[in-house]
Amino acid sequence: MENYNTGYEVKLEMFEGPLDLLLHLIKKNEVSIYDIPIALITQQYLVYIDLMKTLNLDIAGEFLVMAATLIHIKSKMLLPPSETDEDDEDGEDPMAELVRRLTEYKRFKDAAMLLEERESRWRDVFGREESFKEYGPPEAEPTLFDFSLFDLLDSLRVVIERLPEKTAIEFTSEELSVKDRMNIVMERLENTQSISFDSLFENDKTRMAVIATFLALLELVKLRLVRIQQVKEFEAIRIFKSEGAELNG
Amino acid sequence: MDDKEIKAIIEALIFVSGEPITLNRIKDVIDGADKKTIETLASELKDEFNKEHNGLQLVEVANGYQLTTRPEYAPWIKKLNKIKLASKLSKPALETLAIIAYKQPIIRPEIEKIRGVDSGGVIKTLLERKIIKIIGRMDIVGKPILYSTTPEFLQYFGLKDLSDLPTLKEFHELKEEEIPVTASAEASNNQRETA
Repeated sequence: MENYNTGYEVKLEMFEGPLDLLLHLIKKNEVSIYDIPIALITQQYLVYIDLMKTLNLDIAGEFLVMAATLIHIKSKMLLPPSETDEDDEDGEDPMAELVRRLTEYKRFKDAAMLLEERESRWRDVFGREESFKEYGPPEAEPTLFDFSLFDLLDSLRVVIERLPEKTAIEFTSEELSVKDRMNIVMERLENTQSISFDSLFENDKTRMAVIATFLALLELVKLRLVRIQQVKEFEAIRIFKSEGAELNG
Repeated sequence: MDDKEIKAIIEALIFVSGEPITLNRIKDVIDGADKKTIETLASELKDEFNKEHNGLQLVEVANGYQLTTRPEYAPWIKKLNKIKLASKLSKPALETLAIIAYKQPIIRPEIEKIRGVDSGGVIKTLLERKIIKIIGRMDIVGKPILYSTTPEFLQYFGLKDLSDLPTLKEFHELKEEEIPVTASAEASNNQRETA
């Protein structure tokens, strides 16, 4: 994948790690944690890494370490079993180790979901004290997305893949800046409550344009001017204007 | 004092304390009633509240008893416009919190080993919201900080105590000796490549 330089860097804090991405891919491909088609998953994993690089997202080193691990496992599997055994100096099977890490992490992810359910239920219960629910600053950590960043990247990939074949000349001089695109998105949200993710890219005919619009969206999310929501996993994503949001300048 | 009177006193104490009040605290106040009696009466009181289905309920939370509103009346309470709700915890925060809750006391490298990603920012948020706390340092090189959950954690999630946490799901469906990890992954790998 080519590296587009939009001259714009979005420093979006990545809270999700390589294990999240792997679990996302395992779920998306409907395969078992215990039976990972390593070639397929490795290939898809690397596509995401490329996409994140293209977007200039601040990729944590852990993502690259995991990429190396996947490639190592894949290459080991191409060797005959006997050689593989000798090859293993520390005696640890990296695939078994990966499965162990994924299952361990998944247990806590599931537990976190149960906690989330309890949180929702308990938020509707009030004690006599008004301060009952006030723990620290209310804006301590706004949830930027109600779903994983990887769902968002999935949607972006769909948009990129739908682009028409490359025309001979791309009129890059006419490209709108990320800042312009931020204004356009906010204008579109002026008279409506929400717009679909896909419709954001209606006028973008090149990869470069799509990526610039996407960066504009991330920047707006970061500035808390818009919220991105997905009603159900793997379903369409919509962009909502935050209450009282106004883009200055 | 007969039981009826003690029960009335318990109700009054729970009402006035606002926050969860422990059985021991109640016992300290009511001289001459043993803990077992108080526990039985508090439990009866809880059942009565539930049976009558008033706007209030008596719940066991954070190692104590508390009078709260019933969740179904939340819309009206919010309309009163007096309640300031803290924002919900993000998924990474909940995940980190789950690890701390089940493995406490725990140091940050252990959390990050499980999550596979830097968790410093999330831990800071949880500390600020008083859902976790620092309880000391581990006696190893670098003396890393040990984290644990707080009573506010129990209250935030409506948990009676730590044993009230949902059981961690074990991946028992497949025991280790039944997982032909390398072989099967390789098989499906080949399958896909030939396909």
